[in-house]
Parts: sequence; structure tokens; C-alpha cells
Amino acid sequence: MERRNFIKGAIMVVAGAAVPMAALEILDPKDVLAANPDLKWAFLVDTTKCVGCGMCVKACKTENDIPWTANVSRTWVERYVVTKEGKVWADCPKQARDGYTSPLLDENAAGKISVDPNDIAKGFFVPKLCNQCDNPPCAQVCPVGATYKTPDGPILVDRTWCIGCGYCIQSCPYGARFFHPVLHVADKCTWCYHRLHHGMKTACVGACPFGARQIGNLRDPNDPVTLAVLDDRIGILKPEYGTNPQAFYIGLSKEVD
Amino acid sequence: MLVHGEIWTTKEYFVYPNEYVTWAIQIVMYPYMTGLVAGAFVLSSLYHVFGVKQLKDIARFALVFSFALLPVAMMPLMLHLQQPFRGIEVMMTPHFTSAIAAFGIVFSTYAAIVATEIWFVYRKYFVETALALKNKPNKGMIDGIRQLIFSALTLGAWDISNEAMEKDHKAIGIMAGIGIPVACFLHGYAGFIFGSVKANALWMTPLMPVIFIMSAVVSGIALCLLVYTIVMEGRKRLARLKKPGSYGYQDLKHIRGVEDHEVKLTAKFLKIFMILAFTLELLDLVFRGYTAMKSWDALRAVIYQRDAFKVFVLQYAIGNVLPFIMLLWPRLTVKRAAIASVFVLFGVFMMRWNVVIGGQAFSSTFHGFMEYHFPWVPVNAETFKEGWPGVLLVAVTPFVLFYILNKFVPVFLMEKEKDA
Ligand code: SF4
Ligand code: SF4
Repeated sequence: MERRNFIKGAIMVVAGAAVPMAALEILDPKDVLAANPDLKWAFLVDTTKCVGCGMCVKACKTENDIPWTANVSRTWVERYVVTKEGKVWADCPKQARDGYTSPLLDENAAGKISVDPNDIAKGFFVPKLCNQCDNPPCAQVCPVGATYKTPDGPILVDRTWCIGCGYCIQSCPYGARFFHPVLHVADKCTWCYHRLHHGMKTACVGACPFGARQIGNLRDPNDPVTLAVLDDRIGILKPEYGTNPQAFYIGLSKEVD
Repeated sequence: MLVHGEIWTTKEYFVYPNEYVTWAIQIVMYPYMTGLVAGAFVLSSLYHVFGVKQLKDIARFALVFSFALLPVAMMPLMLHLQQPFRGIEVMMTPHFTSAIAAFGIVFSTYAAIVATEIWFVYRKYFVETALALKNKPNKGMIDGIRQLIFSALTLGAWDISNEAMEKDHKAIGIMAGIGIPVACFLHGYAGFIFGSVKANALWMTPLMPVIFIMSAVVSGIALCLLVYTIVMEGRKRLARLKKPGSYGYQDLKHIRGVEDHEVKLTAKFLKIFMILAFTLELLDLVFRGYTAMKSWDALRAVIYQRDAFKVFVLQYAIGNVLPFIMLLWPRLTVKRAAIASVFVLFGVFMMRWNVVIGGQAFSSTFHGFMEYHFPWVPVNAETFKEGWPGVLLVAVTPFVLFYILNKFVPVFLMEKEKDA
């Protein structure tokens, strides 16, 4: 698939070089992609495989130049602990960058909470990232169109155009967005769009030692992600917002928000 | 390394790692200032459109004041941007699915309408002043410049015959008529910016624009009433100093009579809009509790516990109930009305605060909370823009502008004429 795309791309570049100046705008990258309707990215998270090691977060911060010490991250892993009485505890210290090594739950200003292991009914980890929603409120509300949807799915931010109003940050129900601490523009996970288009997987997928994260092409009927999305019982996050997320979850529990 | 918002946010319990209070004090100021603009304009239109003749004096005042407030409505927006120098792109490359993108259009339409209306109201004055200056023997340089400015302000329309004035009058009525829906739109749309954020449980309600408009009118009227009273007090003091017959002398009794009359009538309209605003807000609160959606647990914790003091004491008790009783109490005096206006203004400010900051007081996880700490001491550019200095700048500018504007469009002009 990559090769075919590459050849296709190469032909377009050659064709582009051959046409007169006036026709150049036809070769807008967006249009080129739109002409390739065989790409539609989807993400699959198998929460039952996640152990909360935080390798994905480390890889993401490094790959995407999100300062190591900044308290934001394009991807993060949440820990949920549900007691036998039904009380739900959750935490995400340092975006799970260093992995979960302590049984204490970090409840921010409320301190560290310890739950008696005998009281615990269930506990699990949930990796999170931008859902690249098919109906993205973040792109809808951007007043200057700096946040936009690519034809193959992912939502991107034009860092040279973002005015930093924060409207998109407010309108994402998943907390996926933040202000880049150095560049002072909106930032979020792109599913490593720059890597996808070089035929690579995202940094987090590559870094997960347990295969909890997968990325695939929904237009390819034999892609393992497509097969899982079609055949398995999968969930999405917060369907009530009508955002139509393209990140799918195996083993989602009702406690997860 | 601090992320935007981190410096004034404390998190409690489970909050998404990327969540912070990113919309801070300037976004409280934004709807507050646009509200004042819209409210002041609506007050001025009561006279021009609905023919509430008794409001003539304060109407002209409110019109000019609304214009002075106008540039200030976009200052907080600029100050809160992370890339303020790109702010102009909202006007240049608007993306129309966004509520904010309409800002440029709504704002400039409104500005044009107010400017036109003011021009029609003051055209006669411009012409007369320009002519007087022209005929003045041995002018100094200042007079020369003034003559130039006033001649320019006439825009070449020198006809001040009775028929022409008649036409002007009609035009004023039309401008004021168009102005009301546009003013409501300007502010209702500020409400829409919040009301349409489906990710925020507190903001998302179709009532938001209406609630915003009502409280806007309330705050606009209250501010006009307050500033009007202060200006009139100043004039009274001046009148006391000057001897009868001297230049600029005005009868003290006359000023007092006008002031008393205008303030009382304005207070009446203030009460009406206060009732409307309060009812809508209450409806919203009751409705949320009654329907008790998933978010209600988090909202209830914020409204009834964490922010209870700000909501029920500062906003409702001090900002609504107290001034309402003060205005309702028999034998209303100018002083009491002015003090009540201060409380009203405070109440509307707290309402904006409770909406903007309160809306970010709970996490989208509904499991955790965020608290905003106003940065009292500015330590960096962020706390400078979105701290005391930024707020003061926004709050003071309209008065400076009003002072300057008043030099060219004196708000108490016609009354002097009448006296003469
Ligand atoms: S998860 Fe949030 S940031 Fe990502 S596309 Fe959806 S709304 Fe936008
Ligand atoms: S912060 Fe940037 S990307 Fe987000 S809505 Fe504002 S201009 Fe658009």
C-alpha cells in the first residue's frame, strides 16, 4: 500500500512540475489526498493489554517535542480503581510519563489516596489520545481555520496561523488539547501524521511493548484494525457528544470518562 | 516549564492532565464590557425608538458612552490571545463555522451604526461650531485645528435648514431601530460563544444568549445611571462655584431637577430588566437541577458547595436582591439609585465570573475540580496581561475615551441650548 501511494505521489509531483504556473493550485496537498479516497486512519486501543508503563507517553513527548517537564502531553494513560462499593477513583500523575509504580492514587490537591487492596473490585488502565473525531468540535470552533480536518482523518493545527484563543481547547470534550508551552499555540495529538505519511506507525504504537495501541487504515478491508472495528465489540469515548471519534476501544468500562 | 493557565490553576481529584483554566479574567471582562456597550445602547434607544421623551438627556449620554465603550469590547479578547499579533486574522480570514469568527462583522456593523447615529445627532452642532470658528476674528492655531476637525466632521453636509433637520431626525430613529437588534446580537452572540460549547456542561444551554442579553442591558443601564449621576454631581459643584451671568453658568435647581427625573425613570427600566434577567437565570438553574443530566453531580458540587459564596452571596444576594430592594424602597433618591447601581454592576460582574470561571471549575472528567486563583502579583507577561494591569487597562480606557469624545460631541449640549 505504501509503495503504491508513493508511486502515485511521485507521478503527481512529476505531473505537477510539468504543468504551467496557473495550474499549480490544483496540486494543493489536500486535493491530492482527497483524490486518494483509499486512506482513512483509525486507532485501536486494547485497554485489556495496557499495563500503565507509560512507554507511549515517553515516546510521544520525545517524538513530538513536547517539553519533558511540562505538565501536558499529547497522549496519556489513566488509571481507574473501582471499589466494591462502587466508588470510582482515577488518576494520571505526570500524564503517566513515568509509568504507574505506586499503588497510591494521586488526587492532586486532595493528596495521595490509598485504597485497601481488599476493597478493590477492579482496576485498569486506559490510554488516551486525540480521537481525530469525524465531527470535530475543535475544528468547528476555530475562528481562523487554523485547526482543520485532513481528508484522511486526522485533525491538524496550523502553528503559523493559530491565534491562541483557546476556543478549541474549551470545546474538546476529551481534554486532548493544550497550549504548547514554548510555541504558545494550540497543540494536540496528530496520530504522528508526519510519520504516517512516510509509511511509519505512530511513535506510541511503536513504543507500546504490549500491543495495546494499533493504528490502521479503515479503507483496507484486511487491516487488523479494520477487522477489529468491524468484527469485535468495541466502544468509543463519550458518544453522547456526537463527535464520532475515530479512536476505538476494546474493553472500555462504564466508569471511564 | 509552565503551560498557559497552570500558574493560576489548582487541580483537585481526577482532572485530565491537559486541563487548566485557560480562559481567565480577560474572558470575564469580555462579556462584561460588550454587555455594557449593548446595555448603554439599548438605554439610548428607549428614547430614540420608543419615544420615552423623559429620557432625552440620559439617552444622548448613553449613546456617546456606548461608543466610548465599543473599542474596549475587543481589548480583553486581544489581551487573552496567546498570539495577540495574529488577532487581526479573525477579521481577515474568518472561519465561519466558529462563533468567534462573526465578531469582526457584528462588531464593525454595530460600530458603524452607533457612529452614524451619533453623527446625525450632532451634525447640527458640528456645522454650527465649524461656522462659528470660521467667522471668528484672529484665530489662534488651536482654533484653526478645531475648525478643520469640525469641518471634517460635517462630512460636507452643511445644510441645517428645518427640513434637513427633520430628515436627520428620521435617520436617527431608523439607526436606533436597527441598532437595537444589532446590539442584542453583538451581545447575544457573546452568549452564544459560551452556550454552544457542548463540551462544557455549565455553558451549554440555548438560554445563554438570552441570559447574556438581559444581564447586559441591566449592567449597561446601571453603568449609565452611575456615571450620569457622577457627572451631574460634578456639574452641580461647578454650578455652585460660578456666579449667575458668568460664562457657562447653569442654574443649580434646574440641574438637580433634570438629574432627579432622569435617574428615577432610568431606575424604573433597570428594575424591569433586572426581573427579566433574574428570572431567566433562575429558570436555568432550576432546569438543570430538575433534568439532572450526567453532569449535574459535578455542577451541583460547584454551584452549591465550591462556588456557593460567589453564586449565592456575591452574585444573587449582593448583586441582585439587595439593589433590587434598594430601588424598590419608596422615596428613591439619586444617591440611593447610584449606590444600587454599583451593586448591580458588581452583581453582573460576578455573574460573568461565575459563568466563565465557574464553567472551568469542574473537569470534563466530572470527577475532579479546578480552582482559579487570580494572579494578584504580576510576575510575567501572562499574569500581566491577564492580571491586574490588563484588567485596569480595560476598565479605565472607556472613561478616557469618553472624556476625549466629549470634547467633540458634548453630551450635555442640547440642554444648554435650551437654557439659553
Ligand atoms: S478528540 Fe478533541 S482535539 Fe481530537 S478531534 Fe476530537 S474534539 Fe478535536
Ligand atoms: S487556539 Fe488556535 S487552533 Fe484553537 S481555536 Fe484558537 S486559533 Fe484555532
